[in-house]
Formats: sequence, C-alpha cells, structure tokens
Amino acid sequence: MRLFKARVVLLVLALFIWFLLTYPFDAQELIAGGIAALVIILIPLPGIAVLGEIRWTPKALIYGIAYLFYFLWQLIKANIDVAFRVLHPRLPIEPGIVRVKTHLKTRLGRFLLANSITLTPGTITLETDGDDFYVHWIKVEGIQDKERTKKIVAGFERFLEVICG
Amino acid sequence: MEILGGIFAIAGSIFLFLAALGLIRMPDLYDRMQAGTKATTLGTMLFLIGLAIVEPLWTGKAALLILFVIFSNPLSSHTLARAAYHTGVTLGERASCDELAGACGDEEDSA
Repeated sequence: MRLFKARVVLLVLALFIWFLLTYPFDAQELIAGGIAALVIILIPLPGIAVLGEIRWTPKALIYGIAYLFYFLWQLIKANIDVAFRVLHPRLPIEPGIVRVKTHLKTRLGRFLLANSITLTPGTITLETDGDDFYVHWIKVEGIQDKERTKKIVAGFERFLEVICG
Repeated sequence: MEILGGIFAIAGSIFLFLAALGLIRMPDLYDRMQAGTKATTLGTMLFLIGLAIVEPLWTGKAALLILFVIFSNPLSSHTLARAAYHTGVTLGERASCDELAGACGDEEDSA
C-alpha cells in the first residue's frame, strides 16, 4: 500500500515537472509525457518508498500549502538577517553548535525539517543522530535545550507533523 | 513589465553580492556557509522570477529551476558543513559553544 502511494506521488511529481518543463504546452507533448511518466513509475525504483510517507488527507494538503508560505516567509527573513549581519560594521555574530530534538518519526519529515532549518535565519543542520539534530547557529540564544528547540524547530514541526508525521 | 523584471533581477543580484561579501567578512567556515547558503538561494530565486517576468514563455523552466535550487542548495551546504566538521575544521574564536563535541558553556572546550 505504501509503495502504491509512493508511485502515485511520484507520478504526480513527474507530471508536474514535465508540465513545467514544456510550459507553453500542447496536447501531443502532454500525452507523450504522461506515457513516459507511467512507464517510469512502473520500474521498481529503490528508495521511492520515502515518498509514500506523505499523508493524503485534505488537512495535510491545506497544511502543505500553508507550510509553503511559511517557508517562503522564513526564507525572506533569513536573507534580510544575513544581509544585516554582513553589512553591520561590527559583524554581530556569536556562532555555536547546539542540539535540538525533533519528534518527527518519518524519514521524509526529517529530511524536510533539516532542509527547512538550513534555509531559515542563522541556522544550518550539521549532523543528525536519531531524534537529535545538531545545528550550527550564527547567534546562539536561550540557555536550555528546550528553549532552543522551540525557537528553531517548533515552527516547522507544527506543519510537517500533519503532512508526513 | 520589463522594468518590473529588471527590479527583481537587480534585487536578486544584490543578495548574491551580499553572499559574496559575507564569504569575505565572516570569520570561519561555518559562518561563511551561512552567508553562502541563504543569500544565494533567495538571490537565485529573485533573479529567475525577474527572468520569468521579462520572458513569460520561460516561466515553467524558471519555476523548475527554483524548485531544484530550493531542494539542492541546503542539501549541499549541509553535506559540506558536515564533511568539514568531521575532518576537524574548528569553530572560530567567537564561537560560544559546541554541543556536538560535548559540553556547552562560556568557555571553549574544543581545541
């Protein structure tokens, strides 16, 4: 079942990419792309099972879209943050590596979380170890693990929990 | 339309320039990575959006490029930073703590 789900997700993804690639499209190209995508998803690909971890409830879809906007907002904030630090004459940084915990269980969820952390203000995911993420933070704030976890992880986790557990 | 596209492209270029400036100004590898990851992502995105506005026929391809950049950029910088850490590149003088190496206090423990 999970593999079937993964194949459907892959089909949607492949069609979406083909759709963008041939953007001013005509029917012939779409049909050819559709056939190619169908053939591709029938090949037993290793590793696509990860894609089956997405949930397909309507709630997950809404959260997915909300997550996209939240992510873009964070990305813009991250850039203004970096620009500010680079241009500031005294270079206000205080870097360090901190440990944060996640309670996402699926591989896809963790992958998305790690990527999101890397693109948000001042943080890069350095290493993962079970539930722990080691994050390089350009300006370490907060004293305890809990506070830090809240600051870095909680915002994304709220969405990712619903999308892919 | 062309002016709007130009504004986007220039905004993107400014972010790319700031990323380059960050590479020079930041004191150690990890901080450089910070500047090099975030600013280039948005810089590239803005530049491609500007391109799509000027040439509407390329919108699809620009969107696809943005998608790939969003997924591959953090991944590559994470891998580079991780590799650097495991080959023993240390944090700069300003670093306050390193929990991956163990303790985290005011004094530096790592050599």
